[in-house]
Order: sequence, then structure tokens, then C-alpha cells
Amino acid sequence: MNSFKQLVSLLLVLSSVLYANTLRAELIIDITEGIQSTHKIAIVPFALHTAASDKETEVISQIISADLASSGDFSILAKDEMLSAPTQAEQVKYRHWAVTGQDYLVIGSILKQGKLYKVKMSLFDVVKKQQINDLLINVESSSLRKAGHYLSDAIYKTIMGIEGVFSSRIAYITTSQSAKKKKQYSLFVSDYDGNNAVAITKSSEPLMSPAWSPNGLHVAYVSFENKVSEIFVQTLSTGARRSVAKFKGVNGSPAWSPNGKKLAITLSKSGNSDIFILTLANGSVKQLTRSWAIDTEASWSPDGNSILFTSNRGKGAQLYIMPSNGKGTAERLTFEGDYNARGSFSKDGKRVLMVQGEKGSYRVAVLDVEKQQTTILSDGKADESPSFSPNGQLVIYARRKAGKEILSLVNVDGLKKQDIKSSLGFVREPAWAPKAN
Amino acid sequence: MTIKSKGLMALMFILALSACSDKVVKQQLSEQGAQNLGAENSAYDGGNDLSVETVAIGQGMDQVTELMQSDTFSNPNSPLSKRVIYFEYDSSNVKAEFVPVVEAHAVYLVNNPNQIITLEGHSDERGTREYNIALAEQRAKSVFNMLQVLGVMSHQVGVVSYGEEKPDAMGSDEDAFQLNRRVEVVYK
Repeated sequence: MNSFKQLVSLLLVLSSVLYANTLRAELIIDITEGIQSTHKIAIVPFALHTAASDKETEVISQIISADLASSGDFSILAKDEMLSAPTQAEQVKYRHWAVTGQDYLVIGSILKQGKLYKVKMSLFDVVKKQQINDLLINVESSSLRKAGHYLSDAIYKTIMGIEGVFSSRIAYITTSQSAKKKKQYSLFVSDYDGNNAVAITKSSEPLMSPAWSPNGLHVAYVSFENKVSEIFVQTLSTGARRSVAKFKGVNGSPAWSPNGKKLAITLSKSGNSDIFILTLANGSVKQLTRSWAIDTEASWSPDGNSILFTSNRGKGAQLYIMPSNGKGTAERLTFEGDYNARGSFSKDGKRVLMVQGEKGSYRVAVLDVEKQQTTILSDGKADESPSFSPNGQLVIYARRKAGKEILSLVNVDGLKKQDIKSSLGFVREPAWAPKAN
Repeated sequence: MTIKSKGLMALMFILALSACSDKVVKQQLSEQGAQNLGAENSAYDGGNDLSVETVAIGQGMDQVTELMQSDTFSNPNSPLSKRVIYFEYDSSNVKAEFVPVVEAHAVYLVNNPNQIITLEGHSDERGTREYNIALAEQRAKSVFNMLQVLGVMSHQVGVVSYGEEKPDAMGSDEDAFQLNRRVEVVYK
């Protein structure tokens, strides 16, 4: 098993419907907090075995570098510090990489054959002086970016032992103002790094609370396009959507059940905001909470048996949990902090991601449910809308910086932070898509 | 029917709706009439104590009828020209200083039963967005409940909450926050 070789050949086909009219690089990950990364890695520019001078092919090694850096687990060797530039395994001289303190080395090559690119990537453990992964993939030129993310995921998995997030997507809301001062709200879906951004819905009235279906095929969200709040479910591949809740009063905070058949939503049709369970197949709603207080921001436990929600039934907003079948009472979950809201479970159900308000500052926090220990992950004054990455290692959230709203990434330990630069005006309410099947 | 007598009818309606006994309320009203109270009001507490509310109603009304007689809906001195009601942090209680404003709109709406308005609830940016939607709706509903108690028909009033999504003032300080915690009375 020392020098196992793996040959994977796959064709990444672009979903042309979804990614028509693609914009590029509206969001750019910008590492703001210098960190002692765990692993040092060198990524040599891939060789291009073809007469074509396609600039696109250079993209691969750049994407891998950016991906691994964004994970916070790697620091990347600068190109001008490389002592050699091998493109095949036979050319690798381990000492060239050992002297600069590298733990790992990535090399590769790209061969153009007709419409397809054959991309070969090899990963080496510099310390053990052995090759630890080898991949060959075939892609169309339009999918080179996907190929880069795919290779990043493979490298990450080999070294870290857990799934990478580099092929995942996010949804988020932007607001911008036209020259005529007309406000535009947009709901975007993009790669996790902001590339391939597509506005799936635009409105002159607010859009809010995007939520991914567990299979990653649909997004539920709130729209005020009809001057009242309304919940829509939109299918990404077709752009088709339907209104699923338009009751009198608030229609908000959609959250998909783990099996994708129900939405927990907030309605105020009974007087004030309460949690209801909407069955998507027939549109029926069942009231879950009945209190004089605000009950909102529902989220399901991974097993679907419990609903976590925000309520101010005590003093101020706190998180409560109750059975999703309505049989049983709500129990308070949070006791530290003046304000704890918008909770969501980690995949294993052991941690709750939330917004904690303390002395006028609102920050992203993680609660260890069993130990009742809270870790503050962010350090802003108005941080909000945290969302776990599919592998649970990163959290994306919105924060305010220099009068703007931007997205930011932080590791679950809170030690590594990166802002995502934007040219889209105000960016908010990120929702990380579940891993695509 | 004169505007003034219509206003009186509105007042009667309020009394009829009142959870308190008529006797108590009437007595309080007459006391106020006698005292000719100034601008000092008790805080509106959400409608549990209508006697307090009624105290406030009497005074706003005189101003309103007076102003409406001079047909000055847009007169800056008219409480009707004030169409924004401001709130404290994480609170949906209508502050005493805004009770006359709500009353003024109530009287106008009672006198103009075909007039329709929308109460738009808003919050500052602190706290989570959906919580703020719920909070801002409570604010709009506080105003709605006052209007209803003052005789406004429920079909005349629509309520929508925008939470923190449509701030009036940009900025992340209390100066901006206090302008954003509001209910806007929008005439259609």
C-alpha cells in the first residue's frame, strides 16, 4: 500500500442551464488572519503538453493553491521559492522540497486531446519520500475550474482524511443600488469560492433566508416581491419555482427537514410568530409552537426528531428545542449570553452553531451541547447568518466591515479567519450547500 | 355629521370595546376633561390596561379634530404629518410620546372608512434577520391593536414586517439604530 496508485477517469459535464450567463470572481477569498497552518505544501505549475497556449490551463494549479489555502489547513509555497519545477514523478527531487520545509508536493500535467483536456495530478509526501496519490481526469475546457476543485478535494482527503469542500456551492443574498438609486436584491448561487456566480432570483424588494434542500437541488427562500413576505421553493436546474407559503403576516425562516419532505417555517397567522411544519407534497401546515412570544428560526436536528428555534419567551432571545412531532414541551438550550439566536446543528448533532449577543456585540458561536461549552468563533460587532461547510470544518458567515456587508470564513476552532472580498455591493446570508450527491 | 361628532363616536366605540367597565373609563375621561391634561402620558402597555390607554386618547383627539377642521393633513404641526413611530431596542411597546400620533391616525381612519393604510414594521440591524422580522411585526401589530381599539376597522389596516431589510438610516451606531426601529404608517 506504500505507493498505491489510483486512476480515475471522469468526465465533468457542465450544467449549462444553471451556469448560463456566468459571471466571474465576484467574491474573492482573502486570508486576513495570518495563521500557523498545519501543513506546508508546494504546488508546481502544471506542464502543458500541447501546442495550444490556452491560458485556462494555468488555472488548475492556481485553483488548487487557492483552495488549499482557503481551508486554513495549508500554507502554500510561493512559486519563486521553488528550486525546481518537476512535471513528472521521475523528475521529483525530494531534497529540493525538504530544504524549504515542505510536507507535501503537487505536480501535474495537462494534455489537450480534441475537445478534452487530460489532467494528471500527482501528490507526494516529502517527508516519507513517496507518492501518495495519482489522478487522471478528462474534462472539457469549460470544466477546468471544476477539475481544479476536484483535485483539491482529492489532495485534501488524502492528507487530512476527511472530505474537502472545494466542489461545494453556496447561496447568498446581495443588495446593490443602481445609478437611479433603485435598490436591487439578488439571490446568488456560486461555487464556494465565489466563482461561477449566478443570480437565480432578482427583486426590487427584499429577498431573505436562502435554505438548501438536503439533496442540493432546490433552494427555499423568502421574497417580498409581492409587498408581503412569501416563501418560494426554486429548482436550480430549471429555474422553476413555486410559492409554498403566503399566509397573512410573516412567512419566514424556511428550514428543510433532513428527508427533504417538509419545511419548518415561521408564520404569524395565529397572531404572532410561531413555528409551523409545512408538508411540501400537499401544502398542509401544522402549528408546532403556541406562545405569546416570538418563536422563529427553526432548524432540524440531524435525525429529524427535534426542532431547534429562537424564542424570547424567557428574558430576551434564547434557543429552545422541542420534538418535531409537537408531542412534548420546549426546553431551553442556551444559558450563556444575553442573546442566542438562529441555531443550527452540526451533522453529528453534537454542536449548535448560532449567533450570540453579549454587551451589544453579536458574534458567531458554537455550543457543545453535551458539555454546555460555548466557543466564540468571530470577533465582530454584527456577525450573523453562520452556516457549516459540508465537512463541518469551516463556517461561513456575514459580517460588517467598513460600512459594507461581506462574507467571511472561519475554522470551527475559531483560529483561522478569511474574508471573502466582493464586488457585488452588500453580501449577506450565506448558506453552504450540502454535499452534492 | 361633523368631524367632531364622528370623533366622539370613535371614542364611544373605544369605550364599548374597552375591557374595563364603562363606569371606570367614563369616570376617568371626565376627570381628564376637567383637568385638561397636557402632553404627559402613561406608557402604552400593549392593551392590557385600557384605562391607561383611554387617558391618552382624550387629549390627542382635540388636537386632531382641530387640525382636520383646518384641513391640514400635511401640516407639519399636525400629528397626522408624523407617520413614523419609533421604538426602543428589542421592544414593541408604543412609547408615550407616540400615542398622540397613533390616535391622530385612528381618528382620521375612523372618519374616512374607505381609507386604507399599511403599517410597515422595521428594526435596527442588531440581532438576527428573521428574529428582527418577528420583532418588527410585533411593533406594527402594537400600532395595529391601538388603532383597532380606537375604532379603526381591521380591513383598513394591512401589516407587513421588513425587519432590518429596509433601514431608513445607514450606519451602525445608535443614531442610525434609533431611526431604524420604527413603524411607518403608509397611506394608500
